[in-house]
Amino acid sequence: MSNFLQKFGAYWLGKLERLGRATLFLFHLVAALASLVKRPSLLVKQLHASGVMTLSIVLVSGLFVGMVLSLQFYNTLIDFGQEERVGTLVALTLVRELGPVVTGLLFAGRAGSAMTAEIGLMKATEQLSGLEMMAVDPFKRVFAPRFLAGFIALPMLAAMFSAVGVMGGHLVGVEVLGVDANAYWSQMHSSVSFTHDVCNGLVKGLVFGFVVSWISIFEGADCIPTSEGVSSATTRTVVYSSLAILGLDFLLTAVMF
Amino acid sequence: MSEEGEALVKIRDLHFSRGSNAIFRGLSVDIPRGKVTTILGPSGTGKTTLLKMIGGQLKAASGSIVVDGLNVGELSRNKLYDLRKRMGMLFQSGALLTDLSVFENVAYPLREHTDLPESLISHLVLMRLHAVGLRGAKDFSPAELSGGMARRAALARALVFDPMMIMYDEPFTGQDPISMGVLLELIQTVNTALGLTSLMVSHDLEEAMSISDYLVVISEGIVVEAGSPEQLKSSTSEWIQQFLQGKPDGPVPFQAPAPDYEAQLLGKL
Ligand SMILES: Nc1ncnc2c1ncn2[C@@H]1O[C@H](COP(=O)(O)OP(=O)(O)OP(=O)(O)O)[C@@H](O)[C@H]1O
Ligand SMILES: [Mg+2]
Repeated sequence: MSNFLQKFGAYWLGKLERLGRATLFLFHLVAALASLVKRPSLLVKQLHASGVMTLSIVLVSGLFVGMVLSLQFYNTLIDFGQEERVGTLVALTLVRELGPVVTGLLFAGRAGSAMTAEIGLMKATEQLSGLEMMAVDPFKRVFAPRFLAGFIALPMLAAMFSAVGVMGGHLVGVEVLGVDANAYWSQMHSSVSFTHDVCNGLVKGLVFGFVVSWISIFEGADCIPTSEGVSSATTRTVVYSSLAILGLDFLLTAVMF
Repeated sequence: MSEEGEALVKIRDLHFSRGSNAIFRGLSVDIPRGKVTTILGPSGTGKTTLLKMIGGQLKAASGSIVVDGLNVGELSRNKLYDLRKRMGMLFQSGALLTDLSVFENVAYPLREHTDLPESLISHLVLMRLHAVGLRGAKDFSPAELSGGMARRAALARALVFDPMMIMYDEPFTGQDPISMGVLLELIQTVNTALGLTSLMVSHDLEEAMSISDYLVVISEGIVVEAGSPEQLKSSTSEWIQQFLQGKPDGPVPFQAPAPDYEAQLLGKL
């Protein structure tokens, strides 16, 4: 019994210690952001690596999610003769919830895992030590650009996801199922508020971008520098990011709407 | 600045452990200025660890490491970075940045720490690459280099900033006889021509003996013997003789600390 308690305690102490390290890491990361003013090219490169390279999968997913939403809402609303509300519901669902959440999950799987693996391998191959010995701070040159890039890219990707989703909804709802195009757009226009819905959705994107980049970079920098260590760090990035996104989404929704 | 003749690196009573594994147990050694010093020792004794500690990447549990009058363990981050600009380090694996070409790798310290015009950077980089025989490979990516080539490229990078001291972690591993000869000569030339201090870890005894002014043998966390190549060769210590002649039997254990062999094989443990 006492053995069990000991293990239980040690396990949670280990977790807490890691959380503490991750928090210190975050402070360090934020402090290093200022250095990007002098080296914007590093940021541009990472925006390309994490943002542009994730764009295609985000657009395709957005299209399908929009199409499915439209189909489901239509099937339900038709019973009440309210099918011209399809546009509103599709847009609200996307902008408020699915846009940021699904984009966040895709981003964690595509860009976050890549960041962790890249940084982990840099650690395993002594590139990070090499930078330090050249008097170059990895926080400034390696971590900060990736962090800021994730922070900027995710809300933009989420916005594009929602935009494409609304088009997908139009495609199915209007072109295939025959909802009046005018109703689809004008209902959406009058019920979706820019400040309340769109901006809050963007805030969610920012929060998710922040958390996913933080987790991805920390897991990479903190991994055990072996191939096994890198692979389990990559898995942890996807798992923790996904859980964090879903949990935070609930909290944010409860506060915002 | 310390005066000529005084040791560049002074290590006093150094203690350091990795978990329960005590790596240094009161190690003290002086690395003379302007000389080539080689650290010898069985694999896994902490030679790489020692270089990392001199570079300030690992902190000692107790004891001090003083480099050019500065106590590495007590420097602020900025001071430590300033000190590192004056140290070059060649990692065992090369540690080239994989997303940059060989040329850009060598140019990296210059681009980070200076505002030199592109023409001058290109000039300096090509000179260093030529010296290590890799001018023709300047546009290769590190993934396209062999292990030996990668280490030479890393050497060019370590030299490009004209450091006061350079640390080589096993520079000769994986070099063919020709590049080995070139490297030996290069290490010696930069040492005399640029007047820098070289600190080397090597398992290639003959090569190390031929270019070193001073040898330090470490084992089990302390310095076992230190002196010039001649002094070491004529050492009466059984330990040193076994190590130098590479005999498997003697006071130097080949095995990492382990339980009794027979008992383990018979499953009694
Ligand atoms: N990251 C680490 N975590 C835990 N222990 C480590 C780590 N790195 C090295 N060690 C241990 O520290 C000891 C010294 O390692 P080090 O790499 O300094 O040896 P070395 O003298 O350079 O050996 P070699 O000649 O084989 O390169 C070894 O026993 C090793 O097990
Ligand atoms: Mg080593």
